[in-house]
This record gives sequence, C-alpha cells and structure tokens, in this order.
Amino acid sequence: MSYAKAQSKNVVWDWLTTVDHKKVGILYLAGGAFFFALGGIEAVLMRIQLMFPDLAIVQAQTFNELLTLHGTTMIFLAAMPLLFGFMNFIIPLQIGARDVAFPFLNALGFWLFFFGGLLLYVSLFTGGAPDAGWTAYVPLSSNSPGQGLDYYVLGLQVSGLGTLIGGINFLVTIINMRAPGMSMMRMPLFTWSSFVASMLILFAFPALTIGLLLLMLERLFGATYFAVDFGGNVIIWQHLFWIFGHPEVYILILPAFGIFSEVIPTFAKKRLFGYSAMVFATLIIGFLGFMVWAHHMFTVGMGPVANAIFAVATMAIAVPTGIKIFNWLLTLWGGRIQFTTANLFALGFLPSFVMGGVTGVMLATSAANYQFHDTYFVVAHFHYVIIGGVVLGIFAAAFYWWPKMFGYRLSETLGKWFFWLFLIGFHMTFFVQHFLGLMGMPRRVASFLPGQGLDAMNFISTLGAFLMSIAFIIFLIAIFASTKNRDNVQDPWDGRTLEWTVPTPVPEYNFAQTPLVRDLDPYWYEKHEGDGKIKAAEPLGEIHMPNATILPVTISAGLIVASFGFIYHILPLIIGGFIITFGAMFVRSVKEDHGYHIPVEDIKRDKEEGK
Amino acid sequence: MSSHQDPSAPLQGAPSKNTERKLKNETRTQLISFILMIFITSMAFISIGSDAVPNGFAIPFILMLAGVQVVLQLYFFMHMNEKGTGWINVMIWSGLFVAALTVGALMFLIGEVKY
Repeated sequence: MSYAKAQSKNVVWDWLTTVDHKKVGILYLAGGAFFFALGGIEAVLMRIQLMFPDLAIVQAQTFNELLTLHGTTMIFLAAMPLLFGFMNFIIPLQIGARDVAFPFLNALGFWLFFFGGLLLYVSLFTGGAPDAGWTAYVPLSSNSPGQGLDYYVLGLQVSGLGTLIGGINFLVTIINMRAPGMSMMRMPLFTWSSFVASMLILFAFPALTIGLLLLMLERLFGATYFAVDFGGNVIIWQHLFWIFGHPEVYILILPAFGIFSEVIPTFAKKRLFGYSAMVFATLIIGFLGFMVWAHHMFTVGMGPVANAIFAVATMAIAVPTGIKIFNWLLTLWGGRIQFTTANLFALGFLPSFVMGGVTGVMLATSAANYQFHDTYFVVAHFHYVIIGGVVLGIFAAAFYWWPKMFGYRLSETLGKWFFWLFLIGFHMTFFVQHFLGLMGMPRRVASFLPGQGLDAMNFISTLGAFLMSIAFIIFLIAIFASTKNRDNVQDPWDGRTLEWTVPTPVPEYNFAQTPLVRDLDPYWYEKHEGDGKIKAAEPLGEIHMPNATILPVTISAGLIVASFGFIYHILPLIIGGFIITFGAMFVRSVKEDHGYHIPVEDIKRDKEEGK
Repeated sequence: MSSHQDPSAPLQGAPSKNTERKLKNETRTQLISFILMIFITSMAFISIGSDAVPNGFAIPFILMLAGVQVVLQLYFFMHMNEKGTGWINVMIWSGLFVAALTVGALMFLIGEVKY
C-alpha cells in the first residue's frame, strides 16, 4: 500500500483500524473519559442519596450496584486507560521511537479494554449490575443471584487481558526502542515510572486473572474453590484479589508521579532534583508494592505476627514516597515557578497526597486498623490518594500535553477556575469523611439514621461532590472553547524532553530522523549547550510503517460474543465467539503483512511545511 | 535503504575460525547439559519407581531436581547465558522472586497454623 493511499481513508474506518500509537493513545483517552464520566455520575447519585438521613432516592439494591460499578469503573475503566492514553502517546516520543514495539498488540489492548468495559455496562440493561463491591468478596459474590457478577467476572477478564498486553508492550518498547544516547539513566521520569508500572502489571495481573477464573468456574460451572461446606476456603479470594489489588494502586500512582516529575521541573525552570534518587524510589515503591497486600485484611484474623509484618512493610513505603515528595519540593526550591494550570495541579497534588499518605500510615497501624476498618475513614483515605494523586496527575497531564496531542492550548482562565473549584470540591467532599469514619459511619451503607451527628458532614460532603461536578463541566467547556488557541503549540512550555522537539500535529512517523540524545533532558541541553536543535542519529531515509488492520476489533468482538455465551450458557455462542477470535488470530498469523514505506520526498515535504 | 536488511535472510559464505570455535564449544555444552538432564530425569524416575527413597523425601527431592532442570534449560537450551540477555534475566528472576515470596507467604497465611 502506498503512503498516499494510507492517508485517504474513511475517518471512522481509520480510527477502527489504526495501529498508530498516537491515535491509540487518543482512543484510550476518549474511552477512559467516557467511563470516567459514567463513574462520576454514579458517584454523584450515591452522594445525593446520602445528602440527608433516611432518603430513598435510590433503593438499597440500586445503591449497591452504583457502588460496585463506581469502584470498578474508576479503577479499571477510567484511571488506568487515561494513564495508558498518555503513556501511549508520550513514551515513544520521549524515548525517540517511531512507534511502540508491537503496534498491532497496542491496538488489540485498547479494543479488549473498551469491549470489556462495555460488557460490564451491558449488565445494567439485563436485569441488574454487579452488586458485591469492586472487591467482589466471596461468598457474597459467588452466591449473588442473577447475572450481574458474571458480567463483572467476564468484563474484567477481557479488559484485564488488554491491560496485560499493553503493559508488556510498554516494557519491550522502553527496553528495546530507545534512541541512540538515551541510556536508562537519561530516560525522563514519566517513562521510568511507566516502565516500573508496566513491570507491576506484568507481575500482578496474573493473580487477578486466576482469581477471576476461579470465581467464574465457581459461578458458571459449580466449582467449589470458595465453598466452605465442600472444603473450600473463602480467604483465598481475598488474598488473590489483594495480591493483584495492592500493586494495582501503584500501577495507578507511579505514572502520576512520573507526570508530576515532568511538570514540576518544566514550570520551575530547574532540572529535577535528585534524578537517580527518584528512579531508585520508584523501583523501591514498585518492589514494596508486592510485599504489603495483606494490610487490606488486618481484621480477617491472620494473627498478630502476620499483621505486624505487613504493618511494618506498609509503613516502609512511606520512606521512598517521602524521598519523592522532598525531591519535588527541592525542585521547586529557588526555581522560577510559573503558575500555569498544569503546574497548579502539581502544586495542589503535593499537600493533598501527603494528607492521603498520612492516613495511610494510620491505617497501616494494624491495632488501630480494627477501629478504622470498613468505615468512611478508609473511603476518605483512598480517595485522597487516588483523586489527590492519580486524578490530579491526569488533569496536570491533560493541560501539559494537550497542545502536543490535539494541536491547541486549553484556556488558562477556564483551567484555573476548573482547578480551584475541583480542589476545593475535592477537599470538601472527602476531608469531612475522615471524621464521619471516626464517628463510626460504616462504608457502603445505602442510608443512615438522623440524630447521630452524621447529618451536617454528609451534607457538606455532597455539596463538595456537586462542586467537583461543576468543575469537571468547566473542563469539558474548556475543551470545546479553547480550539482557537492554535499558535505556539510545538513547544508552548519551553520543554525539556524529546516530545517537544517534534512538530505539532505530530507526523505519523514521529521523527523524520532518529534523534541523538546527549544528556538527561535532551531538548533543554541542546537549547543551552547546543544550537537549539536535536542532532540526528541517521541520514534522512524512507520510513517503514505498519499497515492498519481491523483484526484487533475482530479478536476483541469474538471474545465478547463468547462471554455472552458463557453468561447465558449458550454453547453455539461460545463456539462462534471463539471461532471469530481464533480465526482472526489465524488470519493474522498466516497473512503476510509487510507494512509500507513512506518515501523520502514525502518526509522532506513534511519537513518544509513544518517550518 | 541498504541498512534495512532482512535479519532472517540466510547467511552466506563459510564461518570464521572464531565462530567455528564458538560453535564447537556450544555443541559441547549442549551435549553435556543434555546428558545431565537425562541423568536428572532418571534420578527423579528412580526415586519414585524404586522404593529406595521414602515418599516424604521423594517429593521435595523431585521438586529440587525440577528447579535445577528449569535453570539448565533456560541457560543452556534457551540461551539465557548469552550476551544481550540482561533484561531477560532481570525480568525472569524478579518475576520468580515475587512469585516465590507471594506464593510462600500465601501458603503460610492460609495454612492452619497461626502465629
């Protein structure tokens, strides 16, 4: 296929078949934003129900379903895909690569995630969503009537497969595809933290896959792994879930740490303080993330020795995290700080995340944990780390990289309104929940009684949730109202790393010539020690590109068909779905697909137009 | 471009002296490890097939032999001992480390014994 032919395609078909890491990244962002909005609506509905005591706006069963969908959606279908979107778009640009290592698998990962998420949401229209919490503890989940939990199991299984594929793809990309001179210790921190997060995905997701498989066999085929009366053990599920679940929270927070490590040096006009300490701390956090899963289970009855070991291991994580916090503060120290929206999110993150970290150490105290367990104190804690860390990171990344990704700068005025309303709304919603928890309000309750001293703080919390919703709507307005800011989009922030050296919009081959990296923060080095242009590591030549293909969509769709077959016990659907999936994989294996070449003249023409 | 050659294209010409020596060495290591593995496998078989070893000892003994076997396979047959496999080594060993620690702790935690 020729270059010209590759470009003249139907728009929808183009997005369905793309294997370009930049387009897949934008697809991840769009998919993640869609589920983020759904999860947000569920959260607001729950807060409305808890606005006053004894309300009956939603029934208890509906509340349980909202709660389960909110947790599952926000972790698996919103936070992770949004981070994957930035990782997809930015990592190849930051390491000077033309694409990820496996473009086909990249697209497959996205479509598996997206179809898995849609499968989970189909349950809303088929007589009841899953209702056992995002942790789906057995025997509540294994005995839950209806099909809701079956949708949970299969939806997460399919989307988890996509995440695993994505994680492996990033690992191979970062190990093998760095530009000449880009040694591991010259990699930008966002690439480093995504690398460690991908290692966590590789090692942690198999535990979830096995747990979900056991639960599926139990629910659909009558296995007895968790059935106590047949000699099963219900605690195994909790262990398997948290062996995955605890690394999962580091999978979310590490890329966000990476984002802040890009944003803060850029807007403080200083090199990141303690680069090697930051890398080391990231690795230590990743390693310790595997050693602490049982701190979610202090009250299960593991015994004092096990509780003490996991309590100490958990508190140890505060040390590398503290190293990071102090490094960010020292990066800001004496810098020429610009209060752009992206930087405001980074600055708002520092105190908010520290508050979440402090309650984390409190919860790690296993003796005190008996008091905090399953109260709103826990809810306040994990919302402080996830919103105060991950979500603020995603918004910082959105404002920081938006010009490079979409070709226009988001409005700073609307951005600042968005930031302040969101930050105030966030603290209003969750700060009071610490005290609700200490006063004994249990989490996951669909209602509470008046006259227990819980009324005022629940009301404040709901008002905060409204404020956050208004803030998010302002962000959506900013996306559509800022499209005229199309000047100064190649390097709007006086950037330091390679992604700012490529023209905007980024050509599909990224770099006309592979760049030569001479230092950490290569663009900054060339601006101040060189002539302001990145040196090329190869002569201008034609570029080999992969062909677009519809097969990723086909493979994912086949798995969804098979999932419906499993849920409703329809054998032909199972067989048909697997025939579609494995047939598409067979086609992929035997059909020769060598891609196409972009001729030198086209690259030269692009280069002239870019200047 | 000429630099973009097909890496899977067949090689041409005779190998150099150095390469020949290396190939010879490799053949020898492969043969030795192959014989070693047959020996290990027969040890495993004998420990169960004959009643020379009590069952309580035979199971950990076979597991140990299996561990040795896996390492030999990875390093000599799957070429993990060669240059340029640093990352493969790092990933496999850290994965094994995490898995061993997790599975070990899990067996301990869901066991009957409480400490």
